[in-house]
Order: sequence, then C-alpha cells, then structure tokens
Amino acid sequence: MSEALHRRLEEIWCTPKGLRALTGVNHTTVGLRFIVTGFVFFLVGGVLAMLIRSQLAFPGNDLLGHRAYNAAFTLHGTAMMFFFAVPIMEGFAVYLIPKLIGARDLVFPRLSAFGYWCYLFGGLLLFSSVLVGDPPDSGWFMYTPLSSKPWSPGLGSDFWLLGVTFAEISAVAAAIELTVSILKTRAPGMTLARMPLFAWYILVTSLLIVFGFPPLILASILLEVERAFGLPFFAPHAGGDPLLWQHLFWLFGHPEVYIIFLPAAGLVSTLLPAFAQRPIAGYAWVVLAVIATGFLSYALWVHHMFATGIPLLSLSFFSAASMAVAIPSGIQVFAWIATLWAGRPLMKVPLLFVLGFLFIFVLGGLTGVMVALVPFDWQAHDSHFVVAHLHYVLFGGMVFPLFAGLYYWMPLVTGRQPSETGGRVAFWLIFIGFNLTFLPMHWTGLLGMPRRVYTYPEGLGWELLNLVSTVGGFLTAAGVAAFLIDIALQRRYGPRSAGNAWNAGTLEWSMRSPVPSYNFASQPAVDDRDPLWREPELAAKAQAGAFYLGHPEPQRREMMVTSALHAEPQQVAILPGNTWTPLVAALLTGLFFLGFLVKAYWLAALGAALAVAALAAWAWQGSSRGGPLEIDAGLGARLPFHYATAAPPGYWGGLVTLIADATLYASLLFAYFFLWTVSPAWPPQGYRDAGLALPALGLAVLVASSVVVRLGRGSTPATLFAMALAAAFVALEGAALLPALEARSHAYDALVFSIWGYAVLHVAVAILMAGFVIARRRSGYHERVGEARVAELFWHYAVAAWAAGFLVVHVFPFLVPR
Amino acid sequence: MRLPSKILSIAAAPLAAGCEGVQSALDPQGPAAAAIAQSAWIMGFGAAAILALVMALALYAVYRAPGRRAPSSTAVIVAGGVALPVVALSALLAYGVTLTRELRERGGEAALELEVIGHRWWWEVRYPGAAAGETVASANEIRIPAGRPVAIALSSADVIHSFWVPSLAGKIDAIPGRVNRIVLRAAQPGSFRGQCAEFCGAQHARMALEVRAETPEDFERWLEGLRRPARAAAAPGAGLFKTHCAQCHTVRGVAQSAGRLAAPDLTHVASRPRLGGTLENTPQNMAAWIERNDALKPGNAMPAFRELDPRSLEALAAWLSSLE
Repeated sequence: MSEALHRRLEEIWCTPKGLRALTGVNHTTVGLRFIVTGFVFFLVGGVLAMLIRSQLAFPGNDLLGHRAYNAAFTLHGTAMMFFFAVPIMEGFAVYLIPKLIGARDLVFPRLSAFGYWCYLFGGLLLFSSVLVGDPPDSGWFMYTPLSSKPWSPGLGSDFWLLGVTFAEISAVAAAIELTVSILKTRAPGMTLARMPLFAWYILVTSLLIVFGFPPLILASILLEVERAFGLPFFAPHAGGDPLLWQHLFWLFGHPEVYIIFLPAAGLVSTLLPAFAQRPIAGYAWVVLAVIATGFLSYALWVHHMFATGIPLLSLSFFSAASMAVAIPSGIQVFAWIATLWAGRPLMKVPLLFVLGFLFIFVLGGLTGVMVALVPFDWQAHDSHFVVAHLHYVLFGGMVFPLFAGLYYWMPLVTGRQPSETGGRVAFWLIFIGFNLTFLPMHWTGLLGMPRRVYTYPEGLGWELLNLVSTVGGFLTAAGVAAFLIDIALQRRYGPRSAGNAWNAGTLEWSMRSPVPSYNFASQPAVDDRDPLWREPELAAKAQAGAFYLGHPEPQRREMMVTSALHAEPQQVAILPGNTWTPLVAALLTGLFFLGFLVKAYWLAALGAALAVAALAAWAWQGSSRGGPLEIDAGLGARLPFHYATAAPPGYWGGLVTLIADATLYASLLFAYFFLWTVSPAWPPQGYRDAGLALPALGLAVLVASSVVVRLGRGSTPATLFAMALAAAFVALEGAALLPALEARSHAYDALVFSIWGYAVLHVAVAILMAGFVIARRRSGYHERVGEARVAELFWHYAVAAWAAGFLVVHVFPFLVPR
Repeated sequence: MRLPSKILSIAAAPLAAGCEGVQSALDPQGPAAAAIAQSAWIMGFGAAAILALVMALALYAVYRAPGRRAPSSTAVIVAGGVALPVVALSALLAYGVTLTRELRERGGEAALELEVIGHRWWWEVRYPGAAAGETVASANEIRIPAGRPVAIALSSADVIHSFWVPSLAGKIDAIPGRVNRIVLRAAQPGSFRGQCAEFCGAQHARMALEVRAETPEDFERWLEGLRRPARAAAAPGAGLFKTHCAQCHTVRGVAQSAGRLAAPDLTHVASRPRLGGTLENTPQNMAAWIERNDALKPGNAMPAFRELDPRSLEALAAWLSSLE
C-alpha cells in the first residue's frame, strides 16, 4: 500500500531528468539549486579573498595592480553578500520550510523557480563583467559619486546595478513565497506557538526582506537612471546629495545583516535540541528576541554613517539602538547555552560547528558593541578593525551555522550519514584559519590601516599582522576544501542513515530517506512543537497515508491550506506541476536587463513587454475550467479548492507583494523629503509650477475609477469604464506636469518625474490586470473569485499611491516656505 | 591619572608595546585620540572577559559531569541574556554619549581655522592669508601649533574622502556639497601620519598626508613663510615650469595656474616632507615623479613627462627642489 502510494506520488511530484529538469519547480529541487549555486559563489568569493590576502601579504606588493585589487574586493563583497549569503540561506529556507511545517511544497512553486533563475542570471550577468574586462570597482556599497558617471564612466557600475537588482528579484520572490507558505500551509494543528523555531526566524527574515530590499532596489534604479539618462538624484551640483545613496543603501544594508544572520541562527536553534536531546530552552524568549531583532534592525542604519558629520542627537539615538540589538542576541545565546545545559549533549560535527559559531559570533557581537560607541567608531570605521568585526559577525554568524546545517541535514539529501573525521578536520582548519586571519586584523585596524587599500608602505607596524592574516586565510581555504572532499566521500561511501538520523523531534525527519519529492505521503496533524518526540509512530502513519490528503489514487499536486494563526484546515491548494514558464519569464526579464546594460533601450523595452506577456501566460496557466469545487481531504475534512475561495494563497501573496511595492514607493518619497531637508530652495529657483486645476481634475477622475471598480463588482462594462477613467487621468496629469518638468536639470524635477512615473506605471499595470480578469471570465473561468480580488486590490493601491503622490507633488510645495 | 586608567595602563603595558606607530590610534598624541584609546582598552578588556564567561559556560554545559543538576533555563536566559547586557550596555551608553558630546564640543575655542579639501588623490590645505578672507595653499602636509586646538573645515572637490589622522583624532568624511568640521590638537610637537579612509578610487591607498605639530612660535614663523611668494632663482627651471606645469600648478610669484585641473600649489614644495603623498621629497624623487608619476601612482591625473630631455628634467626638478 505505502510503496504503491509512494511510487504514484513520486510520479506526480518529481522533477524530470535530462533537459526537462529545467522545468522543475519542486521546492526540494529549487532549494538544492539555490544551495549549490550559492556555494559555488562562496568559492568564487573565496578565491577573490585569497587574491586580496595575497596582495596584502607584504608591503608594496605588486601581485595585483590597483584595478585588479579594487575589482577583487568589490566583487568579493558583492559575491558574498548578494550571491552567497542571502541566496544560500534562502535555499535552506526553500528546502527546509515545507519539510519542517509538514507541507508538500512551497505555496508558489513557479515563483521559487523563477526566483532561482533570476538569481542565477543576475550572477552570470554581474560576473560576465570580468570577461569583458570592465568589472565594477567602486566597492560593494557603490557609494556615489564614486560610482556615478563622471567617476565611473565604464560599464562596471551598470553591471553591478543591473546584475544585483536582477538577482534581488529572487530575494523578494522568496520572501513573498516563504511568508505566505509559513502563514498558510502549516500542518493542521501546528499553531504559531507550535511552529518550529526555524519557521519563526524565516518569517521574520522574509518580512525584513519585504521591507529592507525595496530601498536598495529603488536606490539602484535611481542611480542607473542617473547614469543612463542624466536625471540627477545624487549629484550635489544639481540639487542631489551623495548621502541620499548612503541612507537608502544602509536602510537596506543593516537589515541585510540580519537577513543573513537570522536564518543561520534559526538553523542553530533548530538543530541544537537534537544534540541536547531536549526541546529548546525558552522558546517564547527566543521568538520574542527574533521579532525584537527584526524591529531593531531598522533603527541601526545610521551607525554605518557615524563619520559623515550627522548631528549629535542622531548619533546618540543610533548608538543606543545599536547597543540595544545586543540584548536579543544575548537572549538567544543564553537560550542555546541553557538548552545544552539542561540536556545530554552529543559531541558530533554539527555541534562542533555550533560551538565554533558561538565563540566567533559572540566575539563579533562584542566588537559590534564597541563600534556602536560613537567615538570609538570614529577611529575603527573604515579601518581593518571593521573588516575583522564584520567577518566575525558574518562568517561566524552565518558560515559556521551553514556548515553545521549542511552536515546536519545532509542525510535528508543523500540518505547517508556524514563522517566524523572529515568533518572534524574541516572544522579545525576553518576555525583556526579564520581566527588567525581576523583576530590580528582588529589590531591592524587600530594601528591605522584603512580598508580597501591595495598597497601599504613599510614601517607602520602592519607587516607581520598582515602576513599572519594571509596565512590564516589560506588555512581557511584549505578547510573549505577539506569540507568539499568530505562531502564527496560521504555521498559515495557514507553509511546509510536511518530515517531519523539524529533522533530529532521535527517533522522533516519523519520522511523516507532520502526524502521523496512529495515530502509527506499524507500531511500529518500536529499537536506539539516536537511532534516526533511526542508521537514516535507519526512517521509510519504519515508514510502509510493515514493523515490528510493520503488518498490512495492521487491525481495531481495537492496540498493543505490552513488558517494563519491556529492552522485549522481551510482549503486544498492544487499546485502547478513542472513547466518552462519560470525559465522563459526569467530569460525575457534578462533581456530587459541586458538591453539596459548595452544601452539598447529598444531591446530593454522589448524584453520588458515580452516578460510581461510571459507573466500573463504564467497567470493563465494551471487548472482546468469547471472542475469540482470541493474535495474530501481525509480525516473527515471536506474542503474547497483554493481557486474557489475568496482568499486563496495568491491573494495573500498579492498583499505581501503590495507591502514590498509600497515600501519601494515610501523610499522614493523619503528621497524627496530627504533632499528637501538639505536643499536651500525647494522647489528650486526657476521651477514653473503646474498649477492645481488640471492635477486636481486628474486625481478626481482617478478616484472615480476606483469607485467604479468597487461598485461595478467586476462587471465587464464597469471595468471598461474604469479603464477609460484611468487613461483619462494619465493624459490629464501628463498634460499638467510634463511641460513644467526639466527632469535632467535638478533633483527636484527628477524626483517629481519619478513619482509621476511610478503612478503611471501602476495605473498601467492595474489596467492590464483588470483586462486579464475580463479575458479569464470570457474564457469560462467563472469560479476564480480570488483572482478578481487581487486585481481590484491592485487597482485601489495604484489610486492610493497617486493620491499620496498628488499631495507630495502638487500640495507640499505650497506648504513649505519658498 | 585616575586609578582605573592607571590599572588599565598597567594591564595594557605588554600589549602597548605593539601599539606604537605614526599612524596608530593606540599611540595617541592628543587629547581626543587619548580619550578614544582609553575607551578601546576598557571595552577590549570587557569584551574579552564576557567572551571568556560565555565560552566557559557553553563548554561547561557540553562537557560537565553527568548527573549534575542544571539551573533553571529561565534563570540562565534572564541572568545572561537580559540582566548582564542591560546593565553593561546602559553604563557603556552613558559613557559613550558623554564622550561623544565632549569630543564634538572640544574646539569651540579653536585658535586657528584651516580648510582641507579632498581631491583624487591628494589633500589641498588652505591657511588663513595675511589679509582677512585671503588663503594660502599647500598640499598633503598640515602644520599646526602644538597644544592648541585647530579647527579644520573639510570638503571635497570630487568624490567622498575621509580625513583620518589616527594618533590625533577619529575620522570625518569629506563629502562633495557639504562642509564637515573636526578639531585636531597635538599635545607635543611631532609628526603624525594620516590617510584617506573612504574608498575613493584607484589611488585611495596613496592618499596620505602628514600632520606636523610645532611650537606655536615655529608655527607662526613657518606660516609667515608660507604666505610669502616663492623665492625662486631665475634659473632655466622656471621657464620649463611655466611651459610645462603652469597649466595646472601655481608657484606664487612665478606663475599662476591656468586651472586646467586642480593640482597642488607648489610655491614652497621643497619644504614639504613628501611628494605625491608617499615619496620622500628629494631632488631625485622630484625628477622621477615628473618623468614617470604614472608608474609611481598609477591613475594619477598628472601626465608623465617622459618626452622631457634629461637635462631639462634635471633643471626643472632642481628648480622645484629649491622652492623652500
């Protein structure tokens, strides 16, 4: 029975072999792709690091010239932050979250595949800059004006801005998907308070991405527009301010640190109980600490700017916040210690990496408190002290847990147990090498060595310290090589592991080994945080199909959708199977970025149009018309299919997407008000006002369209009328505003133009979405109420966005003294 | 010296041996850097103690003898994760905020105001001239009277730079379109090295400068000299300078820069300790710099004068090296 069911489910869920493997959307496949690709970028970034350390081994060394060195450290930082740390943790989340929460897949499988392709292509785009001999070399932080056209006239900055933005699509996509998956697809009975800690960490991380990445995406768009079309946002001679870039960049950049650290800490909190053989100590404390970290991480960004000359009061506030964030980290550290203390720890390789993590991360956290002290930061900032600090936090905080996690969860993937010897050799090489590299570097920095210098003179006391760091760097690299060899050996020769390799309590260990593509033959009902400890027979029951959706003749990819708080069964989602759409959509999106890069804007426009068409085809894809509306989900639950409900997962996905979109818009408005505070005259002298009459009429017409959409209840004539009103708005506002603007002359005009552009783009998309809903209905998809609600929601959002834009563009200038 | 700092300095003595250097933040030569170095020692030892405590607890938790009873988990979390950081951080925050205010406000009574402008990749330094509102320029060297606070108004002509002389004070950014202020005060006469701390492109590594603190009398005498035009011999070098260099460089009394590119004022170039930020200022290096500065500081805006015949090169270098 269970074997036949297994074969049938495997047929439905598996990723095909050969070329068709590219159509795979299953989270197990996509998660592993993220992890492997991320690790490859880790190796690339590591090679760059070895180049950097080789150059700095001796004073006056001429191994690398300034160009190669500056490109190397720029690409090292970029690779490690954007193409290794964030994506590999996303990979862990994509791979593990459904398994941990008892789901069969993530809720938007095509979106995860699309995200993966965007990430891969973005990385290839960025690193192709090396092949054409014009790599970015203004640092991974891309400070303006160094990265602006006058000082970086080549393609390097464009490669960076476009490649990274392309890849960031994947971060935002994963964040949307993981948020909805965690909230809506937990196993029945898995209330929020019973959720595995990793899911809490990933939920908070996802929300950090939703609020944290848009400022950087916006900043990248603005800088690329400035470079490509000459609209000034950051250029001081035209009303811009280089500090605007820094604010937007660090508004992203500090949450980014926690976007990297929290998933890694989540791995620790999840695997530690297995080694202590008891539940985590202080579950509620840890959850609160994680949430507190999420909030505090938005109050830290200015601590990267203590030396920019900001006022004393801001310095004190951001100093306090930067110190306060040590408290939730302290809570987690002591919760881990308390867990070990209360348990019977088994000293295996993953635990060894956790202890290494503890040492390095705590040290990094303590030096973090040091640089939160403003006067000390004035010395340490941009010196090698900070290089040491950030590597302690990121390498200690993220890479060590990563290795612990790789060793711990490897049996799920390979079905084999890791070796103890190989893992210990890798650990000690990496641990000793790492500390040898970065412990002396604190000293180097305080002896006055700044960051990002490709050469240094003799006689300043830096020679020995640098040489030691270089030796340590190569030792670390040897440790990573030992890890790779160990994994290769394990795959081949490791002993077969039992299903529950570590006698852990969480659901991912209830599956067959290695894990099947469908995860759970039937989706278990859960009533404890560590269900396998509470109910040891759960695994056998789930594999035999005794729980939800365990019917013997499955036909398609079905998954439970449950309520957000209490995880009560609500719907059954039909998930899409393997398809080329995500790859095609990503390739066409790539065409857009490529067109921008080579300055063939017709190609970019074509790519954008085709990508939109591909997304429409994607949205059209899927289940058949007029199918059943309900299903027997097992255990006596009769549930509607997701598409027949008013709040399918897609509606939740739409909401989270709009939050990210609104954050991007808020960042744009922030840019407007920030430049207002630093400008002598706002609007600038000589700006011809557009008047209020036409814009007010335009706004009235636009608001009317929203009312029509609401009252028309989706009827085709009402929708068409609303579309006409929206088009009238675009014409009215354009006629009023565009003649008044000289977008290339001043940051004010450039920002007003951008706010207008944002509104017009959103109105256009709203019209497209409404058209899509009409077409769907005409083709007979009558039951899809959720889709129509998403389109309507977007319409109201577009109108609200312009209402805010109207206040800023047309009303605000009257309120400020000229 | 108060007792705690006395204890600290004794504890730090073995370490302090490795702290010396003309660019070391741990070898402070002025009150601002001294206050920060003290904070570094306090926090450094505190951090080491906390790290030792945490690791001892973690290792004990893993390796303790079986059968020992564990304390309540909540007690461990509250004591270590809440109480300890709240107490330690509150104290540290109070200390930090006070120190920040102190360092910012020091220098309200500055004896002298200088302008420093960051260029890729050199520092323009402007001193008050003889007449009010006038300034005289030098480059890559800042002379100050020892014992007196000197205010520096910092700006940038191109990208963002950061002004950092670790043994005197922390750093502050030079941002185009903005003016930042920092106060330098050296306790004793001496030479201190600094360099740009914000990545600014190709030769960020060689954007160095030297601060020289002198007795107030020596400083006044030197400033008088700086204000005077060059005492230049009417040698062939002067003619060569006018033909080849005055497009960008000024030697007051000989030729005014045509302003093609911003370049260091060379009126008293021979009195500066270094050329191009890092080379010792000798006639040989002067000639080498003129002939092939693109190899000595690749990416530098100055053209290399390889086409100059050896005699002209020598004459030009000799003349420039005479501009005391």
